[in-house]
Amino acid sequence: MSLPPLDPQDEIRRRQKSRAVVMALILGALVILFYAISIAKMT
Amino acid sequence: MTTASYLTTQAPAADTRLPAEWRDFLALTKPRVMTLVVFTGLCGLLAAPVAIHPVIAFTAILCIALGAGAAATLNQWYESDIDALMVRTAQRPLPAGRMDRQSALHFGVGLGVFSVLLMGLAVNVLSAVILTASILFYVVIYTVWLKRRTPQNIVIGGAAGAFPALIGWAAATGRVETLPVLLFALVFLWTPPHFWALALFMKADYAAAGVPMMPVVAGRRATRTQVFLYSLPMAAVAMAPYAMGLAGALYGAVTGALTLLFVALAARVGFSREEDQAAMKPERQLFGFSILYLFVVFGALVADRWLLA
Repeated sequence: MSLPPLDPQDEIRRRQKSRAVVMALILGALVILFYAISIAKMT
Repeated sequence: MTTASYLTTQAPAADTRLPAEWRDFLALTKPRVMTLVVFTGLCGLLAAPVAIHPVIAFTAILCIALGAGAAATLNQWYESDIDALMVRTAQRPLPAGRMDRQSALHFGVGLGVFSVLLMGLAVNVLSAVILTASILFYVVIYTVWLKRRTPQNIVIGGAAGAFPALIGWAAATGRVETLPVLLFALVFLWTPPHFWALALFMKADYAAAGVPMMPVVAGRRATRTQVFLYSLPMAAVAMAPYAMGLAGALYGAVTGALTLLFVALAARVGFSREEDQAAMKPERQLFGFSILYLFVVFGALVADRWLLA
């Protein structure tokens, strides 16, 4: 039994979604880091 | 060849209809190589005789890692043509066609600029200047200028890998002093035996790609002699912090024992006449041990500092 061919649009959306999730996590981490740096510089 | 023409003529047949996976961007930063860079940077920072706020210390190490990732990305962007010719590197994102070259270039430049700006704003200007120098040294001096032109490429290019300890120390103290300069010299002199041991048993790969590594240009015999000869000044520099009173007995004992073993392995390579790549056990042993050596020597320096403190 052969697998159905992968729709390129589905694959593009899957990759875009995974990249968007990773970018959101990185931006969230940077917000926390910049906040921590600001506190560290003030003290 | 101009950068623009290089960009168009050397582009592999990537399927640019598909956006690259985030894992491929991560792979461009060479995470395994980054481990050693981060470790030496962290050791430079921890060996410094001043306290640094943990958040600023974390930021400094993050910037060193991002800077190393940027340099590795730009290296792969420039070398995708020769990476495609070597078995060891053919599956990297660019030669394998999983990413277009422009994305890699933008990612590398963006990462480098961000790491330097963050280092300058959050840590100090000196460490940002040294970080900039290390990225430019690796990309421009080593990758673009030397690697394809001279068998001494990794000798001078080794300086790029020697910067992290200096950056770590500068991040903590805001100065450059004798001990971090010795650590810089240690990594600088460690690089030729480390890379030439690899090049000895990967000679066919480098020859196929036309990279003038020492074994390809000067032959294995001359390379083996150089491996052994470089290990001698490396041993002297490794012991210098102890001899100069900049490190204690723990560092002296651990580094002394490991350095003797390093020189012994380098001597085995130096006096070997093996030509069959599959049978080059001493070369593989030296390559593997050299990575462990650097981890343990730098770790011993930090342990020594913290025990003394």
